[in-house]
Formats: sequence, structure tokens, C-alpha cells
Amino acid sequence: MTIATDVRTQAKAEVQNLNFHYGAFHALKGINMPVHEKKVTALIGPSGCGKSTLLRCFNRMHDLYPGNRYDGKILLHPDNTNLLDEQVDPIEVRMRISMVFQKPNPFPKSIYENVAYGLRVRGEKRRSVIDERVEQALRGAALWDEVKHRLNELGANLSGGQQQRLCIARALATDPEIILFDEPTSALDPIATASIEELVTELKDKVTILIVTHNMQQAARVSDYTAYMYMGELVEFGLTDQIFIKPQKKETEDYITGRFG
Amino acid sequence: MNQQDLQAIRAIITRHKRWDMLFGLLGLLALMVGVLTLTVLFADMAIKGASRIDYDFLTNFPSRRAGSAGILSAWVGTILVMLVTAFSAVPLGVAAGVYLEEYAPKNWMTDIIEINVTNLAGVPSIVYGLLALGLFVYKFGFGQSILSAGLTLGLLILPVVIVATRESIRAIPQMVREGAYACGATTWQTVRDHIVPYSSAGILTGVIIGMARAIGETAPIITIGALTFIAFLPPAPYTEVFPFISFDWLTAPFTVMPIQMFNWTSRPEAAFQVNAAAAGFLLVLMTLCMNGAAIWLRYRLRRNIKW
Repeated sequence: MTIATDVRTQAKAEVQNLNFHYGAFHALKGINMPVHEKKVTALIGPSGCGKSTLLRCFNRMHDLYPGNRYDGKILLHPDNTNLLDEQVDPIEVRMRISMVFQKPNPFPKSIYENVAYGLRVRGEKRRSVIDERVEQALRGAALWDEVKHRLNELGANLSGGQQQRLCIARALATDPEIILFDEPTSALDPIATASIEELVTELKDKVTILIVTHNMQQAARVSDYTAYMYMGELVEFGLTDQIFIKPQKKETEDYITGRFG
Repeated sequence: MNQQDLQAIRAIITRHKRWDMLFGLLGLLALMVGVLTLTVLFADMAIKGASRIDYDFLTNFPSRRAGSAGILSAWVGTILVMLVTAFSAVPLGVAAGVYLEEYAPKNWMTDIIEINVTNLAGVPSIVYGLLALGLFVYKFGFGQSILSAGLTLGLLILPVVIVATRESIRAIPQMVREGAYACGATTWQTVRDHIVPYSSAGILTGVIIGMARAIGETAPIITIGALTFIAFLPPAPYTEVFPFISFDWLTAPFTVMPIQMFNWTSRPEAAFQVNAAAAGFLLVLMTLCMNGAAIWLRYRLRRNIKW
């Protein structure tokens, strides 16, 4: 086991004393954790523990709905921007951090336009640049060979797993610093799930990944670090090997061994 | 399960199925009341008016002699008024619907506005006519013109367009919206690139259904003073000289199909009744064509949209 050496990777982001309220509901309670650069960090825990809520703080998705309040910080390195600062525009945050959702949600547009959308939003007009980035992103999402001859077909005509890879390509196209995955395989069959997991492991060479999963085996397979959450609190954070083999806390052990949750 | 229980269950099922069948029949009957009435009415007009429907009927102005009277000024007027209606109601209605769904904060003010919009759809059309008479005809000085009539009908169908816009926007799954925002889109970019394109089929259907209602409206048009006897056409919308396009027709006096019909039905001579039937047939035909177009467009636009 290689515990000590791995811990010293750079933190890409740091959550500091984060509290989050949905109206009167205190959904996240004093979360502190690092997100290591070019590693996969998994958020696990029973339904309703706040793992998706935490994930959606990273791209300020909660700003779309009224009555939500953030306290605390999420610092994005190297510039130390506090993503939750009211002075920081959520759109700026979303341009730096992209997201892949629970259910594949391609736009009802062509495969090409789906991947190009992030670039279009940024005002990119040069066809050659967009062409190149679209190809790169589709290659990065291991979809290029399957779709290169039908880039003008609708994204919705692809299979579920391909659609999700299309969404990953969409997230990759803009060269994000972090990609957030919100239970990306919960709507997919086992074979598609395996291909997404493989992709996630490959992607960490290029980008920092934060993934929410309800599937502990998945967390064990794909992640380098794991955070176990329960009732809006971060119970334990550590190297995945350590969390799964030798958890420090009793609650974590109970959850991981299936005695709870 | 023993034989007796099985028998009992079968008896219950047979009894329940009778109700099934009964309701099916009742529903069919209810449907037929509407469909048959409409068909008979339409067929009756077609048969009565058939003798009058020819090229001359479409190209003649109204006349004191029933045999040479036509609906040229009426159908041209109807089309021009509809143009103004569409160009006023669509941008306003779509913008209002998009605002309510995508921009408006969810609070009591918005709720009140929403309730009012729904209520506007129920306001009798004559009331719109009175409003238009005061506002467009006198206050704004548009006179008894195509512009006034078009704007009046535009107001009349505005709630229909707003409601149709909102409903079709609501049919867009939230995750598509989130997908756009997650790419870094602003609300305007999301609306322009996603919300409006994906809801356009529903919006268009709403617009056309609204227009189909407006095309037959008589009361508000009479209120603002459409003439019943017009023996000339409005100025053409194009000119020989630069800028080749003219809006003089907007301020021209006019008549429309339902008013022409109304005028003819109030005449004592039987020959005019035939004219009215012919005009009525053509008016219904126009409405049916619009509804057909709505169905076709909806089909075309929805083909590419799957969630």
C-alpha cells in the first residue's frame, strides 16, 4: 500500500467550513476537505446525506433556485478564488468547472453541436478551432471512433452509454479544471457503466475529478480519495484504499461493510 | 383456489367489464355530439354555398346584387388583419411567457400576474373591442384601420400565446436547462439556444390556435368600426420606387370575412343567404387549413426533439 507518498499531491480545491442551507434545511454542516489535483475523489454515503448537494456547490448549481444559502469557502487553486463568494459570478465558476449529470442529458441537437456548445457559449466562432476541439473532446471521451461519420446526427439517437460519453465530451471540450460527476452511471447498464468507469480513470491524467456515487464498489474501483458523508456531515476523508480497508471511524466501517445504509 | 372462488372472481370481472363497456359507449356518444354537429354544419354550408363558390366570388367586391357580390375585400382584409395580429401577439406573448418561466422570481407578484394572464383569456371579446376603440382608435389615433383591428385581435389572443408558450417551456426537462447552465451559459443564452427552439413547436401550435380563434371574431371588429361595404382594396404593401415596401395599408379602412357574412345574413333577400353560406364555408376552410398547418408544423418540429 502506498499511503504516505500519495497524500502529498497538490490540492486543486479546498472546501473550508462549508455550510449550506436549502431554505430552513441545514443540508451541509461544516464540511472541510481537499480535492487533489489530477486525482479522482469520490463522495459516498446513503441517500440524502448531502453528497450531491456538496457536488453542486462546486459549480454553483444551487444559484439557479431560490432560497439557497452558502456559508464558508471552496477555494480553487492556484488562484485561490473562493467559488462561493457572492462577488464571483456563477457563470465564471461554471466555465472553469464542468459537470456530468445523473441521467445523460444531451441537448436535442446534433452530436457536433452538443460538444461544441460550451465553446459557442464562450463566443468561439472559428469553425476550425471548434472542429478541432470537438474531435479532441470526443476522442477524450472515447466516442470519436463510434461517431466520427455521423457528427450531424441527433445526440438522442445514441445509446445510453454513448449519450453519457457525449455529455462527458461536452464537459471536456472547454478544458475544465475540474469535472463533477453526479452519479454518472446510475441510469446505465453494467457494460456502459464499465466503459464510463474506465473513462473516468483515464481522464484523471488530464483533469481533476470529483464523483458522487451510491455504488461503493464503483468508488473503490475508480477513486484515489474517498469522502464518506452522513446527514450533511463529512464523517471521514482519506485515501480510498485506507477508507475501504482500514477506516478510522466506526460509522464509515459500518457503511462500507454493508451493516448500515 | 377452488372452483367456487374462481367462479366468483369471474362473475365480478364480468360485472366490472360491463361498466367498462358502458363508459366506452357513453364517451363515444359524447364525442359524436361534437363531431357530428360540426360535420353537419360544415356540410350544410358547403351544399348551400356551393353554387356561389367560384373565381368571381373571390375576386368581386361586395355588391347590391347578390349574384355579382364577392368577398375580395373581406378575405384580403382578413389576411392583412391576421398579419398584424401575428406580428403583434407573437413577439409580445413569447417574450412574456419566457420571462414568466425563465426570469421572473417565484413570488406573490409573479403569482398574481400569472392568475391575471389566465383570467385575460376569459375576458369577453367585446370588452377588448371597447378597450381598443378607446385606446387604438381614438387615443393613439390609428382610426378604424387594419392596424387597430390587428392590434385588437393581437391583444385578444395574447393570453393564449402566453399560456401556450409557458406550457411548452414547462415540458422541457429541468436537466436540459441544467445542462446548458453547467456549460456556462447565461439565462439569455439558455433561452436563445435551448428554451425557445425546443418549445417552438408548442408555441407555434398555440399561436395558430389563437389565430384560428381570432379569424372568426366579429364583435371586437365591429366595435372598432370595420365597414361592411368596402369596394376597394387597401394600398398594396409594395411600391415601384425605393424603399419598395409600404405600410400605408395599415391605416386603410377594411372589412373582414365574418363581418361580410354578418352583413349578408342580415339581408332579407334569400340570395344573400347563399352568399353568407359560401363565405362561411370559406372561413371555416381557412380555419381548418390553419389548424392543419399547426398539426403539420408540430409534427415537423417535434421530430428532432427527444428527451
